[in-house]
Amino acid sequence: MDIAAYEASDGYQSLQAIAKGLSPDDVLQQVKDSGLKGRGGAGFPTGLKWSFVPRGGDAPKQKYLVVNADEMEPGTFKDRLLMEGDPHLLIEGMIIAAYTIQASKAYIFLRGEYIVSGQRLNRAISEAAARGYLGKNILGTGFDLDIVVHTSAGRYICGEETALLNALEGKRATPRAKPPFPQVSGLWGKPTIVNNVETICNLPGIITYGVDWYHGLTKGSDHGTKLFGVSGKVKTPGCWELPLGLPIRELFEGYAGGMQDGLELRGFLPGGGSTDFMLPEHLDVLLDYDAIAKVGSRLATGTMIILDNKTCPVGMVGNLMKFFAHESCGFCTPCRDGLPWVDEIFNEFESGRGSEKDLQILHDHVDYLGPGRTFCALAPGATAPLGSGLKHFKEDFDQHIKQKCCPYKH
Amino acid sequence: MSSSDVKMSNNVIASTATRPRKLSAEEIAEIEHEMTLYPDKRAVGLEALKIVQKYQGWVSDESLLGISRYLDIPASDLEGVATFFNLVYRQPVGKNVMLFCDSVSCWIMGCENIKQAIKDKLNIDYGETSKDGEFTLIPVPCLGDCDRAPVMMVGPDLHRNLTPAAIDKIILDYQNK
Ligand SMILES: Cc1cc2nc3c(=O)[nH]c(=O)nc-3n(C[C@H](O)[C@H](O)[C@H](O)COP(=O)(O)O)c2cc1C
Ligand code: SF4
Ligand code: FES
Repeated sequence: MDIAAYEASDGYQSLQAIAKGLSPDDVLQQVKDSGLKGRGGAGFPTGLKWSFVPRGGDAPKQKYLVVNADEMEPGTFKDRLLMEGDPHLLIEGMIIAAYTIQASKAYIFLRGEYIVSGQRLNRAISEAAARGYLGKNILGTGFDLDIVVHTSAGRYICGEETALLNALEGKRATPRAKPPFPQVSGLWGKPTIVNNVETICNLPGIITYGVDWYHGLTKGSDHGTKLFGVSGKVKTPGCWELPLGLPIRELFEGYAGGMQDGLELRGFLPGGGSTDFMLPEHLDVLLDYDAIAKVGSRLATGTMIILDNKTCPVGMVGNLMKFFAHESCGFCTPCRDGLPWVDEIFNEFESGRGSEKDLQILHDHVDYLGPGRTFCALAPGATAPLGSGLKHFKEDFDQHIKQKCCPYKH
Repeated sequence: MSSSDVKMSNNVIASTATRPRKLSAEEIAEIEHEMTLYPDKRAVGLEALKIVQKYQGWVSDESLLGISRYLDIPASDLEGVATFFNLVYRQPVGKNVMLFCDSVSCWIMGCENIKQAIKDKLNIDYGETSKDGEFTLIPVPCLGDCDRAPVMMVGPDLHRNLTPAAIDKIILDYQNK
């Protein structure tokens, strides 16, 4: 969508509201009231995150907004769609966010492979600047903002927000200790907000149409809409913007068309590769953060990966473990040494040499690599499909041991 | 796989360079532009590596030293950044780099058959370059197009819903380019 088309559909209207006197505190309050939660995976309330940024006369003059567009979570394909399809939505959202925390500089940390996204964002930035939405003294508000697209070069850990800040500074992208939190001391030691692309894309609607409108979009207890994707052997894989709170079944059957003919649903990861398996019995659970947490998984990125009855669950988990092992940044021992070991054991299973002892080692690693045991959330993310896979697909692991091969290949 | 895993079938490079390559005028102009976008020179390191790679195809030891001198960043620091990222190539690569998604959704949709088709056609495995110097095959994590899996990039182009038959045609198209 170019800027004219975007403006014709109420694009950049939120900036008119700001120009008419909406203060940063007003915007912050609206975002808090909206109930918006981060769409990058953790689901942290956006308004609350912003409120930790120092404000007022004593606050550091330079602050930064960083948009996390590193999308590399396996099975996740939503931010790309937003950036390619509606780049001005992201730019408008960034202006709102930067205005609220009074950041005069913003970076989009973009995955290097997203070449088309980069081109469209850069064009959108020039168009917005030509209209006076970016640059100095935006619409006479006295607020300045420049946006720079920074392209990365392929490393999953850069999506972790403190590793991302190190990467932007040109350092090796290992995570930082928290505290201090980036909101207080982030990029080059300045207060910094890191938000996901989709989170930021929620802002123009909230400011333009209001909090009541935003609340009205929802079917469940969480507010707003969300991009939901389905991949795997369904009839019509894809990504759709839907209200939070619909039953999973509606997404899976209504939008994705259900399983391809001749296949049955075995299980699914509800929100990318770092989430716990859910089962067919969970299809009536609602698509919102709390409902999915209640059954032991996470909504996370909202992009479901479907496991069918003719695909090997052990192979699927093994594929994920290879990814996590490869993408471990190597900073802390349990993750650096543990994940390659786990990966190696999956190779053994794949080639028919898996043993009961190996199975026990996998179970042990679910604990060794769990939350609180490692420096960042990468390794705990890996334990989600690992632990739930071991539990729900135990018979498949056992079959690999007994038959000394992958039963799905023979 | 990291760039350090990239092997060239017919070429071995020296592991240490003592003489920096002088950066070209184009490379310098682009690096200078990047420097206006960040408050600190060090932040431009990765971008400079990518700029050089764009012109040279890969980042040789001599190029790395050249950037290190130009930006006044210790070579060891810059090397630390270069080896960290999957898409900075520290070994020569073919004319077209195939970034092959082997993550979970593509795996479910049969990317192993696609990889086999590439292997059959070009006789290369991950990290290798075809004899004619046209293609290097590198695995990448999820390319964010999982609803159209299996997926790979060839150079800047994305190819979706891959089938073994489609591979033949894609390879031909690039060979004829
Ligand atoms: C290993 C790892 C990778 C991550 N990758 C991404 C990513 O690609 N995009 C993203 O928005 N968040 C990612 N996150 C989450 C971020 O750390 C952070 O929570 C998020 O960007 C905050 O934005 P939000 O509050 O708008 O969700 C990742 C986290 C971890 C631990
Ligand atoms: S858990 Fe893994 S990715 Fe995170 S800091 Fe430790 S080694 Fe790095
Ligand atoms: S898993 Fe291949 S594009 Fe997502």
